[in-house]
Amino acid sequence: MSTDQRAAGAARMPTYVGMPAFPEAARDAVRDTRLRRNLTHATTTIRAKRAAAVSELADWAELRETAKRIKDHTIEHLGHYLRLLEEQVTARGGIVHWARDAAEANRVVADLIKATGETDVVKVKSMATQEIGLNEALAAEGIRAHETDLAELIVQLGHDRPSHILVPAIHRGRAEIRDIFRREMPGAPDDLTDEPARLAEAAREHLRERFLKAKVAVSGVNFAVAETGSLVVVESEGNGRMCLTLPETLISVMGIEKVVPSWQDLEVFLQLLPRSSTAERMNPYTSVWSGATEGQTFHLVLVDNGRTATRDDEVGRQALRCIRCSACLNVCPVYQRAGGHAYGSPYPGPIGAILSPQLRGAGSPVDDSLPYASTLCGACYEVCPVAIDIPEVLVHLRSRAVHGRAEKAAMRFAAWTLRSPTRLAFGQRLAGTAGRMLGRRGGIRRLPGPLTRWTDTRDAPVPATETFREWWEKRS
Amino acid sequence: MRIALFVTCFNDTLYPGTGKAVVTLLERLGHEVVFPTAQTCCGQMHYNTGYDRECGPLVRDFVKTFQSFDAIVVPSASCAGMIRENHPRVARTIGDEALVKKAGSTGSRVYELTELLIDVLGVEDVGAYFPHRVTYHPTCHSLRALGVGDRPLRLLRAVRGIDLVELPDAAECCGFGGTFALKNPDVSTAMGADKVARVRQTGAEVVCAADNSCLAHIGGLLSRLRTGVRTLHLAEILAATD
Ligand code: SF4
Repeated sequence: MSTDQRAAGAARMPTYVGMPAFPEAARDAVRDTRLRRNLTHATTTIRAKRAAAVSELADWAELRETAKRIKDHTIEHLGHYLRLLEEQVTARGGIVHWARDAAEANRVVADLIKATGETDVVKVKSMATQEIGLNEALAAEGIRAHETDLAELIVQLGHDRPSHILVPAIHRGRAEIRDIFRREMPGAPDDLTDEPARLAEAAREHLRERFLKAKVAVSGVNFAVAETGSLVVVESEGNGRMCLTLPETLISVMGIEKVVPSWQDLEVFLQLLPRSSTAERMNPYTSVWSGATEGQTFHLVLVDNGRTATRDDEVGRQALRCIRCSACLNVCPVYQRAGGHAYGSPYPGPIGAILSPQLRGAGSPVDDSLPYASTLCGACYEVCPVAIDIPEVLVHLRSRAVHGRAEKAAMRFAAWTLRSPTRLAFGQRLAGTAGRMLGRRGGIRRLPGPLTRWTDTRDAPVPATETFREWWEKRS
Repeated sequence: MRIALFVTCFNDTLYPGTGKAVVTLLERLGHEVVFPTAQTCCGQMHYNTGYDRECGPLVRDFVKTFQSFDAIVVPSASCAGMIRENHPRVARTIGDEALVKKAGSTGSRVYELTELLIDVLGVEDVGAYFPHRVTYHPTCHSLRALGVGDRPLRLLRAVRGIDLVELPDAAECCGFGGTFALKNPDVSTAMGADKVARVRQTGAEVVCAADNSCLAHIGGLLSRLRTGVRTLHLAEILAATD
């Protein structure tokens, strides 16, 4: 990896500073009982509900196939549809900006806000702005961004990081949320309890004031319909609707892969997304606006940030189909135990493991370890509403990852041994003798070298006195 | 029928009993089993760890050794999946178009043991006797990559004397994942510990599966905990008689 490539990667999506490789980060998470409990509870509940919601649609498989085709077609002709989108948004009074990477996107948004003279903005949950580190960039320019999505608010007030795409505070229990509100939220009642209704009410009071004061809002985008220049935000709380409509200036930041050609295409995704993410037939709020609304200035910031590079990879590009439903996180046994923070990016879980290394495009300890943060069990692929073959992409990224010298030597040696039955038989005899020396009563308690990582927690099988091959030869 | 056995390097070295069980079982059902001695390894470990180029020669050797057989049985779902799904991909990566074709055609004649028994040989009751309490763990590759469905359970249900008990949350991965077990030992063990807890919940004496690799992980935990629960490849249960 050259310094240039590393620098390019840093401009795209900052790796959380000092983030260790996945196995180390996961080690602490595995030992955190409270985290394990919160995650297991939340993911198993939503998992069962999703399965029920999906089973209601007889044509789920066809919808999934259609969604995959639409996304692949759009990504193939991305330039065309983005130009169409720009043309339509502009014709309807919106202003379109293009940003090559995170630094450019942050610059554009900061300048737009500064031009309004405001120092406080409200935000509705947006993955793209987390990806580019917008809040931090704005803070550096003296602008405070206030999250208005309930879970995002909890994360922000707790000086924390999101650990789930849809439920960023999934790692927090009710009591912890109560404590965070009491400590950090101006005007939180002293007698606040951990009842969900009380917590929601406190947040509502707090947010209402923000909405009424705000002159500028920053939002994300779930879909952009090219044919009419229409932007779509899908949400559950209604806070997004307030954010999108009340302020005088609206700045929407979207990754360029969010575009779909037509309303007919959108219909497919509006069926797939709520069932996959919240297990609802329909989400409570779907906001759609085309260009600028009366009395509001509208800016659309189109962010590349590694997407064009990802598109160039024939196998890896399917990651760009993702509609951020988070179904793959909810079924992932590794995510459930390691938690979202171990993935070192705003995109945790299986999709994060294939998306972050591609978007960042530069090696870092965490990015090199992410493609290996999976058993390839395939549960994610099974539920993905746009049929991203996540295990396939993981293996593909592994073949491009930087391998340690010792591992490389061991794998080459193994391949050489396995290429000849004679060498294999010799290796088997050697392993057999060594194994039988180490093992007693049916199990090896301790293996040498890197293999201690096996025997630290598990016994290893003792090789049999006679291999199958030897048995067969004797028999015939 | 004449059936070629690809025993897999893992079984050959560590679990020869599984290979012997396949031979016993298929011969008992009246078939001829051949073991081409030039066979070694399907390359799964290399492929899944990101060494697809090192895998090329292994794919070539596999095709050369097995291309002339009409039916090839593999007592490992993950190796069967590797051969069927990924051998053509490896051939494409190393740019050998002729091999892509041959790997695809050889792969189409590769069967995981329960697929061979039910789809090709058309048997469900293989005449086995196994008087134990048994639970079955559907490994990820058998369940999701190959899609063997309930074939293993249909075969097990027909075994005389067996007390087959359902494993709770059966479809969840055991945490083995090949080199994942070494690269992410903490998460791997945490997943395995949960699987083991489920196995113990059933009160089974034996946990069986279609992959000895997953069973080595589950069994390693069971044995470290001194539970007394055994792991057994399902071929060994199907081969057992009184
Ligand atoms: S990869 Fe698929 S399942 Fe995961 S968040 Fe994206 S669309 Fe949803």
